[in-house]
Amino acid sequence: MEPKVISQTLLKAAHSGRWKYGQHSHFCQKQGSGNNWAYGYSVHGPKHEESIMNLIQKEVEKYDSLRGFSTIMSMAGGTGSGLGAFLTQNLRDAYPNSFIINQIIWPYGTGEVIVQNYNSVLTLSHLYRSSDALLVHENDVVHKICAKLMNIKQISFRDVNQVIAHQLGSVFQPTYSPEDSCQYRRNPLGDLMASLVPHPEFKMLGLRNIPQMSENSLAYTTFAWTGLLKHLRQMLISNAKMEEGIDWQIRPPLSGLPALEKVLPNKEFHFNTSIANLVILRGKDVHSADLGGFKDPALYTSWLQPSDAFSEWRTHRAFNKYEKLAALVSNSQFLLKPLDTIIGKAWNMFASKAYVHQYTKFGIEEEDFLDSFTVLEQVVASYCNL
Amino acid sequence: MAQSVVVQVGQCGNQVGRCFWDLALREHAAVNKKGIYDDSLKNFFRNVDTRRNGDGVDVSKGKICSLKARALLIDMEEGVVNEILQGPLKDIFDSKQLITNVSGSGNNWAVGYKVFGSQYQDQIVEKLRQTAEHCDCLQCFFIIHSMGGGTGSGLGTFILNVLEDEFPEVYRFVTSVFPSGEDDVITSPYNSVLAMKELNEHADCVLPIENESLFDIVSKINQMVTSGKPGTTVKPESLVTLNEGGIKKKLQEKPFDTMNNIVGNLLLNLTSSARFEGSLNMDLNEITMNLVPFPQLHYLVSSLTPLCTLADVNIPPRRLDQMFSDAFSKDHQLIQADPKHSLYLACALLVRGNVQISDLRRNIERLKSSLHFVSWNQEGWKTSLCSVPPVGHSHSLLALANNTCIKPTFIELKKRFTRLYKKKAHLHHYLQVDGMEESCFTEAVSSLSSLIESYNELDVTKGLPVHDPLRLNIVI
Repeated sequence: MEPKVISQTLLKAAHSGRWKYGQHSHFCQKQGSGNNWAYGYSVHGPKHEESIMNLIQKEVEKYDSLRGFSTIMSMAGGTGSGLGAFLTQNLRDAYPNSFIINQIIWPYGTGEVIVQNYNSVLTLSHLYRSSDALLVHENDVVHKICAKLMNIKQISFRDVNQVIAHQLGSVFQPTYSPEDSCQYRRNPLGDLMASLVPHPEFKMLGLRNIPQMSENSLAYTTFAWTGLLKHLRQMLISNAKMEEGIDWQIRPPLSGLPALEKVLPNKEFHFNTSIANLVILRGKDVHSADLGGFKDPALYTSWLQPSDAFSEWRTHRAFNKYEKLAALVSNSQFLLKPLDTIIGKAWNMFASKAYVHQYTKFGIEEEDFLDSFTVLEQVVASYCNL
Repeated sequence: MAQSVVVQVGQCGNQVGRCFWDLALREHAAVNKKGIYDDSLKNFFRNVDTRRNGDGVDVSKGKICSLKARALLIDMEEGVVNEILQGPLKDIFDSKQLITNVSGSGNNWAVGYKVFGSQYQDQIVEKLRQTAEHCDCLQCFFIIHSMGGGTGSGLGTFILNVLEDEFPEVYRFVTSVFPSGEDDVITSPYNSVLAMKELNEHADCVLPIENESLFDIVSKINQMVTSGKPGTTVKPESLVTLNEGGIKKKLQEKPFDTMNNIVGNLLLNLTSSARFEGSLNMDLNEITMNLVPFPQLHYLVSSLTPLCTLADVNIPPRRLDQMFSDAFSKDHQLIQADPKHSLYLACALLVRGNVQISDLRRNIERLKSSLHFVSWNQEGWKTSLCSVPPVGHSHSLLALANNTCIKPTFIELKKRFTRLYKKKAHLHHYLQVDGMEESCFTEAVSSLSSLIESYNELDVTKGLPVHDPLRLNIVI
């Protein structure tokens, strides 16, 4: 809703000489949403609904087969979160048969926007109703990856965004379809949804990549699939955010024994139960890689068989200079703790009614807040009980 | 891009305003080498082709023809405004932006508010409308005035009311210069308290400034500049870069100018992220959104660092970190207050220059433990990164804090008011103005008291153990 970033983005894209955004594919206004979810949702949303939906329709009409929509937005601000939630709703109404996946940038735990927890709670609860899946990128995690794995001393947002872009590319770049290894997968978005979101109550997807390192180090390192996949599996089980500092003590429960006690999010819980996982392999000798470790039923919740819960995509084409690369998209308890933390902080603030007047000013009442809290507490409880 | 209009009222307002416009032009001149009228200039300036039609037609793109400030200069005496119009800034203002009178308000809030308010209301509304019409998206009004006098205080707060009625959706940021302890205007407590009531009710955000603090900062800069350590030289440009080409004038010659430059810099840094690009932008509406948790508590304590730059080009991270630490020390605050030992409701850090998100986060981590935040906002930080540094510096930081350390200022004000009011001293000057009654005084002081009480309630919670409220219980 504010022109500076879009102008910069368009310029930078055209600057590369290899690709650019469409001439009419942008929409901006003069004044932003002031970090106010209510402003983004209730003021900007309805005001610009028609123009934006028209723009989308024009773009959609160019395709002979629309698979779905992928939105990219942050949760902490006003436009990405509020207007983003409004648009997702509209997309769902206008295109009921298309998939919608929202890429969400989960803000740093501290110090971006003071009302980020309110904005996040409102965004997540609204998206849960209209979207098919929420793929989450956590700023804190990516920041650590930049610091520890990429060895960047003075981390800028450009570095952070570069890592996120790499992660997305490793998932969404074309892969071969299972039926015909010369044909690319026709519907990656659909396949992703089908494999990862079997139940509408569970939509939170996390992303892990291995290996992750600076370009300079890449030239000097070689990898083996067994090593990479072993680490990736342990990252999944122990809810590690990156390949350094993995807790190898954590093991899946032995099959046959009764399920572990119900896990509470504020206790230091150990084992990360999954609903569904998708592993994507790119690079040399990809067909020799053994993914057996991911098919262990102990990793998954009891109401899904590993054959349904686990999917794999492979392609021998390398990505982004990595000789071998494995990406994991997981619908599991990865995001349970961050979600619970955000709800806790937002609730704490809400109890003292701080900043609430800024939202009621634009039509989001206390009841709307309570509804959002209820939806999300439900999601937390569901994931806890896996 | 949104535009802002500056309304400078009274002697103090106009003098500070003059410094602000001078600094703004310098900043844009340093950044905008090609002389093109770009979006960042658009915020505060119009581009007018004065050759045509006398009135000047707005030129929205291309080369700069003639810049006109989006400002209104209002004073009930002519001296200050005339000085501006005859000085080097005369070309950026035109006669349609002025409202002056000859008689002055006699340091009387009632005269400024009631008498001149009603007399000039139509003219004020008319000129505001004209200025607003030149903007395609007006976001914010900046009002600059002092609280202790008559015009700035009375007419200034009257205009605040008008702005709320005529432009309810446009934000109102007020920079108020509060009277210091040894103020030479005897009735300044009356004027200030009467003005405070208006600020309480009609301003979106107030940045209080005290002359004492500005003076201390200026002395400190002087000290740093004159007593340089061997081997280091201090650059001539500092926070108080003076108007005449950066030549340092002696402190005694024009003391208010140096102090006013600090306030000018405050306003520039406040709007820098809205005007220039950066990796984490912050618009003005985000300031009120994040820093005003309850409508009444909209007073922000500000601090600017660094005060001056050393000529050493390679800034080691230590120096950068020093900048952050300084922002929280009581010597750098623009009012007499110590935020470190009081309770923070929220804090914003506006960084300019070549600083990355990791530097920002590292410093927040470092400083967090020594600051007290209110229980429901333990991580109450709002940050912004603007890539364009201010003139003469490689980076700078403006910290805005919503902190209970402002309470003593208000308590002091109330004390001075009560001392006069108990004896009914000078009251007749006010009561003889049409429309003024004793109830105006009692209402004003009770508004101030309730504000102090709100801060008290928050202070009481400081240091108490935090019990998180019970969360909603979901039945599966």
